[in-house]
Amino acid sequence: MTRLLPHPILTPVLTVIWLLLNNSIDAGHIVLGLILGWAIPVLTIHFWPETVIIRKPLMLIKYTIVLLFDIIMANFTVARLILGNPDRLQPVFVKLPLDLNSDLAISLLANSITLTPGTLSAQLSEDCSYLLVHALNETDPKSLIATIKQRYEHPLKEIFESC
Amino acid sequence: MLEYFLSFLILTGAIFTFIGSLGLLRLKDLFTRLHGPTKATTLGVGCLLIASAVYFSTYTEAISLHEILITLFLFITAPISAHLLAKAALHLDLQSIAKIPENDEVEESGTDAAIIDDIKDSVKESNPASINDTPVPLDETDLQKKP
Amino acid sequence: MLAISIQIALTLVTAAVVMSFWRLLRGPDTPDRILALDTLYVNTIALLVLFGIYLGSALFFEAALLIALMGFIGTVALCKYLLRGDIIE
Repeated sequence: MTRLLPHPILTPVLTVIWLLLNNSIDAGHIVLGLILGWAIPVLTIHFWPETVIIRKPLMLIKYTIVLLFDIIMANFTVARLILGNPDRLQPVFVKLPLDLNSDLAISLLANSITLTPGTLSAQLSEDCSYLLVHALNETDPKSLIATIKQRYEHPLKEIFESC
Repeated sequence: MLEYFLSFLILTGAIFTFIGSLGLLRLKDLFTRLHGPTKATTLGVGCLLIASAVYFSTYTEAISLHEILITLFLFITAPISAHLLAKAALHLDLQSIAKIPENDEVEESGTDAAIIDDIKDSVKESNPASINDTPVPLDETDLQKKP
Repeated sequence: MLAISIQIALTLVTAAVVMSFWRLLRGPDTPDRILALDTLYVNTIALLVLFGIYLGSALFFEAALLIALMGFIGTVALCKYLLRGDIIE
């Protein structure tokens, strides 16, 4: 089973991407997409560093919805800050201590931080113990860290790592 | 009705794209400038692409969804390029309005300085004027190998 | 209605292209210029998509997808070069 279908999630994702790329749902394209979706994970199995285990799929969907909402809010926040007086901005660097261990969860957290209001992940320390976050306009770094931890890091920890 | 919805999407997308680039122009240092294009532009282009998907799905017979691919791709890649740019800027010690916290990684910054010297050396080598001054060793070894 | 809003949008996106081009020429440091290039290609995607709707032709999709792919790879390669002095390790 694991040899024949090493990535059960990757196969449908690749099939859907193939169908979107061809912009059609003909039977022929579905078959070709399934073959590609099966062959690519089998051929590239050695390049995948770790197997991805999603422990709570429902939580992932909820996280995605929260993230999409935050992205839209982020755009209005940043647009307002850009249109305002640039001299009045108070950018700060904040060190965010990390509780996550898996590489995938950390990179997803970094991506989420960049896409959400007024923050941008700048650097990950060598030992993955903290993330350097740049905030566009923030006067209270402590509450920022608390918000990120509660809103993004905690769900990610539950989804990808056993507690 | 649909036409109004499409116009709304297109105008929102264009305005956000415009604001993102305006941020690139107005803000003072690189780190604040990074915020504009990664957020505003991503949503702006996302809106335009969704408008395009809706337009081609309704005005032609076939359903057109492949614009979603570009939207997803942009949403995944924009934070990565922003992260890499921020890393490069920190590495090059660009001036920033916000105070950059002192790194604990002293030994890493030591090797960084060596790498910067390497870059400067390679730039010197690629400069034709400096090549004229010093003979390039590669050619000599090539000549010796040939016979 | 749609035609007018597309024309307004084309004007706005062209202005965005001009502004990022200004940053590309002006940018005090190399990362600024890379950021300007990055923004420039995202703006170009917007311009192409708008032009596709304007002409009612789906042909521009492939160009937009290619620009998205190549632009991202270009940005990553340039940043890698700044960070390591080398693109392929």
